[in-house]
Amino acid sequence: MTNGIQETSPAIDIIGLSHRIGGRAVLADINLAVPSGRFVVLLGQNGAGKTTLFSLLTRLYAAQSGSIRIFGHDMRRHASAALARMGIVFQQRALDLELTAAQNLAYHAALHGLSHAVTRERITAELGRVGLLKEAGRRARSFSGGEMRRIEIARALLHQPRLLLCDEATVGLDIRSRADILADVRSLVQDRGLTVFWATHLIDEVKPEDLTVVLHRGRILQYDAAGVIVGGLGAGSLQDAFRQLTDAA
Amino acid sequence: MTIMAWIRCFIGITWREGLRFVHQRSRFVSALVRPLIWLFIFAAGFRSVLGVSIIPPYETYILYDEYIVPGLIAMIQLFNGMQSSLSMVYDREMGSMRVLLTSPIPRWFLLVSKLSAGALLSLPQIYVFLLIAYFYGIEPPPIGYVTVIPALLLSGLMLGALGLLLSSMIKQLENFAGVMNFVIFPMFFASSALYPLWKVGEGSPLLEDICRLNPFTHAVEMIRFMLYGRIDPLSIAVVIGCLVVFLAGAIVAYDPAKGMLARVRGGG
Repeated sequence: MTNGIQETSPAIDIIGLSHRIGGRAVLADINLAVPSGRFVVLLGQNGAGKTTLFSLLTRLYAAQSGSIRIFGHDMRRHASAALARMGIVFQQRALDLELTAAQNLAYHAALHGLSHAVTRERITAELGRVGLLKEAGRRARSFSGGEMRRIEIARALLHQPRLLLCDEATVGLDIRSRADILADVRSLVQDRGLTVFWATHLIDEVKPEDLTVVLHRGRILQYDAAGVIVGGLGAGSLQDAFRQLTDAA
Repeated sequence: MTIMAWIRCFIGITWREGLRFVHQRSRFVSALVRPLIWLFIFAAGFRSVLGVSIIPPYETYILYDEYIVPGLIAMIQLFNGMQSSLSMVYDREMGSMRVLLTSPIPRWFLLVSKLSAGALLSLPQIYVFLLIAYFYGIEPPPIGYVTVIPALLLSGLMLGALGLLLSSMIKQLENFAGVMNFVIFPMFFASSALYPLWKVGEGSPLLEDICRLNPFTHAVEMIRFMLYGRIDPLSIAVVIGCLVVFLAGAIVAYDPAKGMLARVRGGG
């Protein structure tokens, strides 16, 4: 696949994706194209299938049917190329608590094959960007929840991905930390042209202009700008629109 | 991904395991205390009861505590392998294993790297144990301290691969107690670690046969021979064969498309 084709390919292209766990359909016939350079929200209640979709996108396990392409790279056949292009912030905290912030980032850099010099330079840049450079030598367990998330975002950006996947990245954080992290991730779209796929169940995190995927019981109910979804349903707010959609499903 | 990227990945995984090892000093101490208790108490008690006649690789009569040392070395590696399995399950539950599994480097290489790191890190523990044993009077030939290294790496890899395979089957941390009862204890006791097989056979021919089928017996014998500068081809072949089978099983189990991991996780 040439670079030209990759440039025009959607950041995420999902076709006919279905997945069952323990006989239960967790995702059913998902079709979705996430355009490059946008902040796209995956909105769904707990149990809607968001984390399963993220697990399939990150190839923690493989899809039973359907296909996933990341910038044109088929996840089944070219997982390495696809994974190299994405940074991931998992729902569960995924820092090694025994290691320092810098060591956690260095470990991630090694897993992406970065050289020592590049690793050092990028750790300085990314921890500096999230305001934690001075704390680089502190053990991960000593950070607050919000700080841990910022370290995880810095880590996810270390190998300079073009796509950032955030699975409920603000869950469990106080209002201030939530707002800071959301603003920070949104700024990455503006500043770096990054594509962000942001899974959440918190409706107040969605702006009217955000492309929003409404996922419910493993099915996509709507995919459009949040403002368009609200207008199309004649609802007063996204919360009302979401309720209308999920009640009807 | 270039070869250099793979090498950096291997170094990174080994470095991370090393850091964890250094931070968890209690793990190092407990891994050492266990065989020392067996050496200082169990073997001391049996020394007068059990003399071991001349059997290869020994060229003379030996005391029981000299006989038991290779088995205790393998015991360190057995517990290390299971500890590694436990930490994989813990990492899976805590989420940190996702960082490893979403690397663009092929998953089989990540698992082999993790396994190799575990085998390498068991070496310092074993050499500290051998040093203490030396001052206790267990003195293998000096060359044995060098010739045993390949045996230690092979057995460390085999037992680590077994741990890795088990970790893919354990759904929750709580299930790990079963591994102690159904894997570690039977493997250790039904082997040549504590008694020569001919002696086991005097008591129960069936148990002797079971011991001969136990891969741990062959790990112990491989270490025993190479610690005395000799080679037991059968043991080496069995250990390599088991390593290949366990590793292949673990790679399949951790394969996103074929493995068991998808079945042990719930939807979100």
